[in-house]
Amino acid sequence: MDNTQALTKPVTFRGGGFETQSIRLVGPLVFAAVLALLELGTRTGFISSLTMPRPSAVFQTLLNLYQTGLLWTHLAPSIERLVVGAAIGASAGIVVGTIIGLFSLARAGLVPIVAAIFPIPKIALLPLFVIWFGIDEASKYALIAFGTFTPTVVATFGAVDNVDRTLIRMGQSFGLSWWSVVRKIVLPGAFPGVLSGLRISIAIAIILLVAAEMLGASHGVGAYILEAGSLYDLERLFAGVAILSMMGLIVSWAIGRIEQKFLAWRT
Amino acid sequence: MDLLLEGIGHSYGAVRVLKDISFEIPSGQIVCLIGPSGCGKSTLLRFIGGLERPTEGQVLQVGQPPTDSLNPLTYIFQHFALLPWRTVAGNVELVLEDHGLPPRDAKAIVNDVLARTRLSEFHDALPKQLSGGMKQRVAIARALAVRPAAMLMDEPLSALDSQTRELLMDDLVGLWTRKPFTAVYVTHNLAEAVRLGHTIVVLSRRPGRIHEIVKIDVPLEERQLGHHELEAKQNQLWELMRDEAMAADLELVDG
Repeated sequence: MDNTQALTKPVTFRGGGFETQSIRLVGPLVFAAVLALLELGTRTGFISSLTMPRPSAVFQTLLNLYQTGLLWTHLAPSIERLVVGAAIGASAGIVVGTIIGLFSLARAGLVPIVAAIFPIPKIALLPLFVIWFGIDEASKYALIAFGTFTPTVVATFGAVDNVDRTLIRMGQSFGLSWWSVVRKIVLPGAFPGVLSGLRISIAIAIILLVAAEMLGASHGVGAYILEAGSLYDLERLFAGVAILSMMGLIVSWAIGRIEQKFLAWRT
Repeated sequence: MDLLLEGIGHSYGAVRVLKDISFEIPSGQIVCLIGPSGCGKSTLLRFIGGLERPTEGQVLQVGQPPTDSLNPLTYIFQHFALLPWRTVAGNVELVLEDHGLPPRDAKAIVNDVLARTRLSEFHDALPKQLSGGMKQRVAIARALAVRPAAMLMDEPLSALDSQTRELLMDDLVGLWTRKPFTAVYVTHNLAEAVRLGHTIVVLSRRPGRIHEIVKIDVPLEERQLGHHELEAKQNQLWELMRDEAMAADLELVDG
């Protein structure tokens, strides 16, 4: 009896871990810690002011920008370029991607072209864009649109391919017209994939904003960064970069909200 | 409207999957198709509803489907095939939308079929909120909505647990006794076959041919668990299938 008592113990727990949990506040905390370290390093002189601006100085620059009203002067044209360019590129990309997803002939013809265009650094084509679309806004829209187009195409036809075939077959078996199958089964089924593709496409559009504003723009966040860079004004450079980062955060948040609202059906 | 299969044969490339299949699906009766896995029973069902074409033979429709039938040959799928972004009612409406019904009629049909499948209170639920058994009831409601002349069921209960399966079988029997419908019911479950089938077509392993056609005369509503005649039939079917099933189990998938 004593013997069995000595051998009786709870089984060792071996499960747990390998799960993703959502932990709040840690993200902002890490962010704050990095900034605090930089601030400390630059203040003590451990980090030379040549290699890194002081975060507080960057913040001061941002504040100045806001107070002088220059922030809006730069932000307004940039947002316009981003919205127009990304809207053209993404909507064309969704249309072409859907066509590729639906028609084998389009797939055979267009997929190689898209694959060939995708890796071209759009910045390399800057001079060409100026010749094609002029030095004005049109060339900037075109550059951003071109850059968003290809990733959107790839994401969209991938999403269309991934629509559950049994649902399409179900639609056909109930005698739904081709157009009904596309509109009520294929497109809603592809929507989640298209949205996650848009996250990437719009991030690329923000990256290309700076490139687009190399094309003789006097105002714009990209122009502001380029100017600061050529003057080696790190504080202004980082202020501009921070603005781009925030634009990225806002877009990602907005897409998150759209997913929450329209994709509540997902398990 | 009866259905008639005449000399159906099919091959995928060099692989023959079905050979010489002929039988009749009389109106108002349930015909069960059983056979070892890979014998082509689901393929045969796709031929019957016109989702695929056989390489030989044809499926004939004898007589006109009822005039009020919106989709004479209607499927019920093993994995339900519900649109996850539509509610229960929305999934039923989907199959009515292309028929240009006045909105009020469509609504009435939706409410009627949901009531018949005891789903009225789940009108606005999304598929992800439903259990497997309820999802399949939604799929049955959707099939009833188009007033089919024949229902083509592809292992409709195979994705469900055995308790849910019993309950749904009762539901199907109830639906049939209230209003007899024509159905082809593919299954690998002999208990389901003897419970629901007026005629049971036993297919042999690949290439699938008709091994035997078994009739059961016991009325559906009298068929209960442990009914001696049904057990005898089930044993008879198992004797017919046992060797085939064993041989099929030993085959390589790509044969």
